Amino acid sequence: MSWEIIMGIEVHVELSTKTKAFCSCTTQFGGDANTHCCPICTGMPGTLPVLNKKVLEYAIKSGLALNCSITQYNKFDRKNYFYPDLPKAYQISQLYLPFAQNGSIDITTKNGDKKTIRIHEIHMEEDAGKLTHIAEKGISYADYNRCGVPLLEIVSEPDFRSSDEVIAYLEKLKSTFEYLEISDCKMQEGSMRADVNLSVRKVGETEFGTRTEMKNIGSFKAIEKAIEYESKRQIEAIENGEEIIQETRRWDEALGKSISMRSKENAQDYRYFPEPDIPPIYISDEMINEIKSTLPEMAETKKEKYINHYGLSEYDANIITSNKTLAKLFEETNSYCNEPKEVANWILGQVLYLAGNKNLEYEEIKISPKVFADFVTVIAKGTVNRKTGRDIFEIVFDADETFDVNKYIADNNLAMVNDDGAAKEIVKQVIEQNPQSVEDFKAGKTRVVGFLIGQCMKALKGKGNPETLSKLVNEELSKL
Amino acid sequence: MEITKELVEYVATLSKIKVDDAFSEKMQKELGAVINYMEILNQVDTKDVEPLSHVFSINNVLREDEVMPSHNRAELIKNAPQHGETTFIVPKAVE
Repeated sequence: MSWEIIMGIEVHVELSTKTKAFCSCTTQFGGDANTHCCPICTGMPGTLPVLNKKVLEYAIKSGLALNCSITQYNKFDRKNYFYPDLPKAYQISQLYLPFAQNGSIDITTKNGDKKTIRIHEIHMEEDAGKLTHIAEKGISYADYNRCGVPLLEIVSEPDFRSSDEVIAYLEKLKSTFEYLEISDCKMQEGSMRADVNLSVRKVGETEFGTRTEMKNIGSFKAIEKAIEYESKRQIEAIENGEEIIQETRRWDEALGKSISMRSKENAQDYRYFPEPDIPPIYISDEMINEIKSTLPEMAETKKEKYINHYGLSEYDANIITSNKTLAKLFEETNSYCNEPKEVANWILGQVLYLAGNKNLEYEEIKISPKVFADFVTVIAKGTVNRKTGRDIFEIVFDADETFDVNKYIADNNLAMVNDDGAAKEIVKQVIEQNPQSVEDFKAGKTRVVGFLIGQCMKALKGKGNPETLSKLVNEELSKL
Repeated sequence: MEITKELVEYVATLSKIKVDDAFSEKMQKELGAVINYMEILNQVDTKDVEPLSHVFSINNVLREDEVMPSHNRAELIKNAPQHGETTFIVPKAVE
C-alpha cells in the first residue's frame, strides 16, 4: 500500500523596509544587542505604535503578485502570549481580517512538473527578539533588535505532495519577492522562514490524516530532510497501529530528527482581540490601482518574452528569470549587443561558474553589462576563439565599466589567427615534426588528428581557429 | 457562565501568575461578576449593528518609512528588573 504526503506551508518573510513596523528604529540586520530599540519595540508602558506606510504598500504588492483578493477594510489583532522574546507579551498580527486572501502561484519543480499552489491568506505581523540561553546560570539574555521588524506570513492551502514541490514553491516566493523588492528572503539571516504542516494518508483516501507542524526550519536542504524524516515517522507510526498526535514539533538539524515540543508549549490559547492601538486601515481602489501600476515585470512575463522574442530555450529562460539579478544582467547586456543567445550562454556558463567559484550570491555579481556586451560582440564576430574567450572572461567578470575588451585583445595579441595561409604553414610544420603521428594515422589511428590540432593550437599560442585547423590538418593528412 | 476554580487556574497559567486557593476563590467571584455583566450586555439586540473594531472613527494612521535614532541602550535596559551590560536578562525560558 503506498502513502501520500500532504503538506501546507507557512512562510514568514521579513520586509525590507528601512524601519520597523510600528516604530522608527532601523531594521538593519545585526548591530550590537539592543541598539536598534526604542520604548515602542521594547514594549514599554504608555507607548503608541504607528504603522509604517511602506509595510502596507509592500503587503499589497505581495498580495497582488500572488493573485490574491485584497481585503479593503483591515484591522490588526493582538495575539497574547508570554515568552520573553516578545517584550509586550503580545504580537500585533491579523487574525480575523488578513489583508490578502484566496491567491495562487504557479510553480515548476526541478523535474519540470508544473503545478498551481493555492494561497489561503497573507497577513501582516511583527517579528520577535532573540534569546540566548545560559543554561548553567538559569537565565536568558534578550536582544530586541529584530523585535518589531515587519513580517508577512503567507499561508498556503494543503496542496503539496513532495519536498520538490515545497522547494520549488519557496524558490518561487523568494524570486517573486526579490522582483518586487520587498524582501531579500535570506534563509541564513532568518529573513525567510518556513513551517511545514504535514500529514500522510493512503493513496486513494480523501480524508486528511492528523497533521503535525514543524517550525523554523533554517534552509532548503533542512526542509527536504525534515519532510523526509517526518513523513517516514508518521507512516511507521500508523503502520505500527499508533495514532498521530496533532502537535508542534521542532526540527533539530544536528540530530536530523523532529522532536515533540512539550505539551505546555503546545497549549495554544492566544486570546486574540482587536488591537486597540492601531486604528483600522482602509485600502481604497485608488491605492490598489496605483500600486498595481508600479508592479515590475515578473518572472512569468519575462520568461514568455525570453522564449518567444529572444529565442531562448525554456530551460535557459527559467534559470535566468528565476533571479532578478540574472534577468537584469541579461536584459541590460543584450540591450547593448543584441546577441540574446550568446549572452544567455555566457550567463549560464561562465557567469554562474565564476560566481560559484568565488562563492558569490547572484546579487553580488558586479559584472558591467556594457563590458559584457563588448565581450559578447567580440566572441560573436569570431575575433577570439572560445578558449581564449573564457580566459578573457575571467577578467571581464571582475572589470569595471572602463575596461576596453578590444584594446585588451590587441594589447595582448589574443586575436584568433584567421589567416588561412599562416595556419596552413603551421599545420605543415607540425605534420613534418611528428612523423610518428603520421605513421599512426596511416595505420588507422584517427585519434592522432586531435593531437596534431592541439600541437597546431599550441604553436599558434592558443589563438588558432579550431574549425580551420581541423579542416587543414585533415586536408594535409589526406594528401599524404 | 460559571467561573470554576479550574478556569481561574487555567487563566493564571496562561498569564504566568501563581494563585493560591484563597486568591482563586476571590477571583472566581470577581471574574464571575465581570462575565455576568458581559452577559447583560449580550442581551442587547445588535442584529443590525456593524461590528466595531475601534472606538474612534479614524482610520489609516500611518507614518513615513524614515529611520529615527534609536533609544539610548543604557536608559532602555535599566527599566528591566535584571539586565546585563547590553541585554535584558530574563529567567531561563527553555528547559
